[in-house]
Amino acid sequence: MSGYFRDLLDGTKSLAVGLGITFKYMVGPVITLQYPHQTLPMQPRFRGHIDLVRDPETGTDRCIVCGMCQKTCPSGCITVAGDKVEGVKKKALTLYTLDFTKCSLCGLCVEVCPADAITFSKDYNLAGRSREAYVFDLKKRLEERKG
Amino acid sequence: MSVHPDVARVIGYVVGTIAFVALNASFLVWLERKVAGHIQRRIGPKEVGPFGIFQSLADGIKLMSKQLIVPEGADGLLFRLAPLLVMIPAVMVYVVIPFGPALVARDINMGILVIFAFASINVLGLLLGGWGSNNKYAVISATRAVSQNVAYEIPMLLTVVTLVMITHTMSLNQIVAQQPTIKDWYLFPWNGSIMLPIGFLIFFICSMAETNRAPFDLGEAESELVAGFHTEYAGMGFGLFFLGEYSNVFVGCALASIMFLGGWQCPFGLYPGVHWMLIKTYFLVFVVMWVRWTYPRTTLYGLLNLSWKVLIPFALLNLLVTAALLKVF
Repeated sequence: MSGYFRDLLDGTKSLAVGLGITFKYMVGPVITLQYPHQTLPMQPRFRGHIDLVRDPETGTDRCIVCGMCQKTCPSGCITVAGDKVEGVKKKALTLYTLDFTKCSLCGLCVEVCPADAITFSKDYNLAGRSREAYVFDLKKRLEERKG
Repeated sequence: MSVHPDVARVIGYVVGTIAFVALNASFLVWLERKVAGHIQRRIGPKEVGPFGIFQSLADGIKLMSKQLIVPEGADGLLFRLAPLLVMIPAVMVYVVIPFGPALVARDINMGILVIFAFASINVLGLLLGGWGSNNKYAVISATRAVSQNVAYEIPMLLTVVTLVMITHTMSLNQIVAQQPTIKDWYLFPWNGSIMLPIGFLIFFICSMAETNRAPFDLGEAESELVAGFHTEYAGMGFGLFFLGEYSNVFVGCALASIMFLGGWQCPFGLYPGVHWMLIKTYFLVFVVMWVRWTYPRTTLYGLLNLSWKVLIPFALLNLLVTAALLKVF
């Protein structure tokens, strides 16, 4: 019989403690991030789709159009094209497309690139209405990033 | 053309109550989500309107625009009848609830009895809905809801009987009139019986269990029973169950505030009126939500043990002690 009242008392006390804890949380600050309105900076190791790196000296891409990335890509989602341009010693990049619908983000292209011309972007807010929206023209993206 | 005052009163009551029940439910859904959010250190709804206050309005429009589906093999009549059987008594009990000194549809001198008589129909609605759905989860949930309601009706009514012995009346307006200031509240042990605070606690716990609120929401245990008795209901069929539930929560808290906290009377004797009734009731509603988001769901045995081994003995003790005290003094 004494156990009955002890259980009752202890139970009631622990219930009151529980209510106290939730009340403290309720009046305390909100710790969640209001995502579409606020975002966190992405970690440096985050692997988004690839992007061309801008050379700070020339202000353009560092690609030498060797085609290593295109060859090494297991999914065949990279297309590179280059052409000789007057006054420039190396081949200049004219087209760099990434078919992100097939990309598996393995990163072999970034690893193999001899000129360190590509890197992972920090882009994670991807949404589109068509398949074509995910075929990225990376050269155009690089030029748009300038502004 | 003049309208007979009684007819005007009925129309005013019907329109006013249904409007109040709907607004109250949408407000409580919003409040519940806000309370839940802040207890879990989130914000809760915030996009639709200022502080997300119109969120439940948007949800309501969505519910109303959805199709009512009667599943194959279900008992069509019972299936359609059940939401009404939940909703109609929930609206009916507002007849006797005094929101203010004169703001009561009918001040029946058996007010408490009317409320409990109608509130008991609610569980019939749950049972029919569960049975008519032709769904095993719904049937299990309905039987649980019934056993729970039967178990908790007893201590609740015992507490009410105890209180009626002290007040000598079943008219809710007269019970309120007996508690003009905070020291006259029937919450306190010096107003007739030393057991009154325990009586309030028992009543409050039981009203939570009667309305199938967490931690006693075994009828809707999502993890086991999908959604309980309203598993098969879509659109406004589900909406009516929801309206009924929130309306019952309000009625339970209103009853507690009328019987123990002085209803529309001001605790300090100043400006009594409908605002005090709403403040007290919504405070109790907030406590109900606070409890819901603090405790995990009980098991069925835990639930029935609490009723039969704790609440009923204490309610009986409450009755005996109060009767003895009233006889002696």
